[in-house]
Amino acid sequence: MTTLATTPAGPRARRTGPRPRLRDGLRPWLYLLPAAAVLLPLLGYPIYMLGLLSVFDYRQAQVSGGEPTTFVGLGNYATLLGDQRFWSVLGQTVAFAAALVAATLAVGATLAVVLSRAGRVPRLLLSLAAMAAWAAPAMTGSTVWMFLFDADLGLVNQVLGIEGFNWFYDRWVAFGVVGATVVWHSFPFVMVTLYAGIQAVPASVIEAAALDGASVWQSFWKVLVPILRPLITIVVIQSIIWDFKIFTQIYVMTNGGGIAGQNSVLNVYAYQTAFGSSEYGLGSAIGMVMTLILLAVTLLYIRALHRRGESL
Amino acid sequence: MNRSRLVANAVAVAAAAVTLFPIYWMVLSAVKPAGEIQSLQTRPWTLAPTLEHFRRVLGAENFGRYFLNSAAVALSVVVLSAVVAFLAAFAVTRFRFRFRTSVLIMFLVAQMVPVEALTIPLFFLVRDLGGVVPGAGLNTLGSLVLVHLAFSLPFAIWMMRGFVAAVPEAIEEAAMIDGAGRAVILWRIIFPLVAPGLVATSVFSFITAWNDFVFARTFIISATHNQTLPAALLVFFKPDENDWGGIMAASTLMTVPVLVFFVAVQRRLVAGLGGAVKD
Repeated sequence: MTTLATTPAGPRARRTGPRPRLRDGLRPWLYLLPAAAVLLPLLGYPIYMLGLLSVFDYRQAQVSGGEPTTFVGLGNYATLLGDQRFWSVLGQTVAFAAALVAATLAVGATLAVVLSRAGRVPRLLLSLAAMAAWAAPAMTGSTVWMFLFDADLGLVNQVLGIEGFNWFYDRWVAFGVVGATVVWHSFPFVMVTLYAGIQAVPASVIEAAALDGASVWQSFWKVLVPILRPLITIVVIQSIIWDFKIFTQIYVMTNGGGIAGQNSVLNVYAYQTAFGSSEYGLGSAIGMVMTLILLAVTLLYIRALHRRGESL
Repeated sequence: MNRSRLVANAVAVAAAAVTLFPIYWMVLSAVKPAGEIQSLQTRPWTLAPTLEHFRRVLGAENFGRYFLNSAAVALSVVVLSAVVAFLAAFAVTRFRFRFRTSVLIMFLVAQMVPVEALTIPLFFLVRDLGGVVPGAGLNTLGSLVLVHLAFSLPFAIWMMRGFVAAVPEAIEEAAMIDGAGRAVILWRIIFPLVAPGLVATSVFSFITAWNDFVFARTFIISATHNQTLPAALLVFFKPDENDWGGIMAASTLMTVPVLVFFVAVQRRLVAGLGGAVKD
């Protein structure tokens, strides 16, 4: 935001943030109009429709007009809550996202510290490599990792001498490979953000800790983490949001959710319920559950931003 | 050079190698002769690079067409989202009005919406839209432009905010005193000044549209000539024998443009993200 407010107070001192321009009246809304024209019908309305679909019995017969759509109230939600499969998918979605966030953060934070201590050339190399992983589309990242872990022709199996071993057969092993792909895609964001944060910490603070005999480990936990806590909160919440919504990697790498859907996460489950089984109402209910969970996380995010003293 | 620096250098180089390896492997496999890919003694290099996979992918599988489709969708999204996001960012940074904070929070919340879940209502919406607007129904590229525009916009506005705020208001005031009209100030003075920010923001819009898989798969059902790259890639996956050479060549074709784009604006991107995250 504007930092003009830090200038010494005086007759010409300015207020924080945008100045009021009362004469302008409707003008800001005029500038917001194009955005509203796109977002209201294509984002706002679909969210409303998602909620609406979730309280109707809406399946293939209703879509084609063969049967009338009937209002079922919270029936779809009741079905979900009573469905053991839903709970197991929800459980593994949460567990998978938690593991991804932890792994992404561990890798990203470690490499951010490494970056801050490495020389110029290694730093440049790592930044460029991270940029490449960051930029790679989820789709192609998935295909390459699938190829690397292919049962017969994959490099990994040939190097390990276990040709024929199928990494996507066991539920947890498959989650591991997909997880590695996701972390590969997402650690650069954490690394770059935290590295920028570390750069902003005065070198004298770190040096003072080193002079006092702190090890790298200690100065990370006792000095950097407390200083960077607000930034870390934001990175964590952002990662939770991304990892909870994971779709492409699971869908592509496990071919739509794994054997008998064993690798399904909520997002894939909702999609398969709607477009695979033509249970559009039920799929929408799953989508609503996801939306509500993410909304809760978002509110935490906004609170974290507020705590940092950010004025919106 | 002390020991800690040495360790950091070694870790950085090793991490860079591991991170870059999948991309190297993709490009390498794309130019490896089919025989070497099928070989059970894989080598991390090739002495006989070939373009056969690219030729097959671009020729028989019509990937050139899909490439152009993807590019057309992504570039339309970039242009539209840049203009719309610029205007919205201008409104929320330069004016103080009722509900301003609510509007900002809505942009933030909109970023978190699980877009895949919205495929369900959007599928019906786009289907119905097709009856009214011919170019925006199912099986059209227009429908993809619309949804990607909607999904890239909240983040683009959020990011542009920092760039617009960085333009000193004194510049506007000076222009106004010189007698410039509102439109001139907006498009001839501020717009060029935030161009670097627009470029950085555009990368994200481009990537959102270019990388999308789920909408392309859901909306483009029967019109194969309107397919985009990610969905078309699935063609190469066959139940028993995956055409890895083709898949890697197609993946390379899909990755390279984003990679070039990303690296080209790398510095601005990080600065912009700093703005979006820290600001």
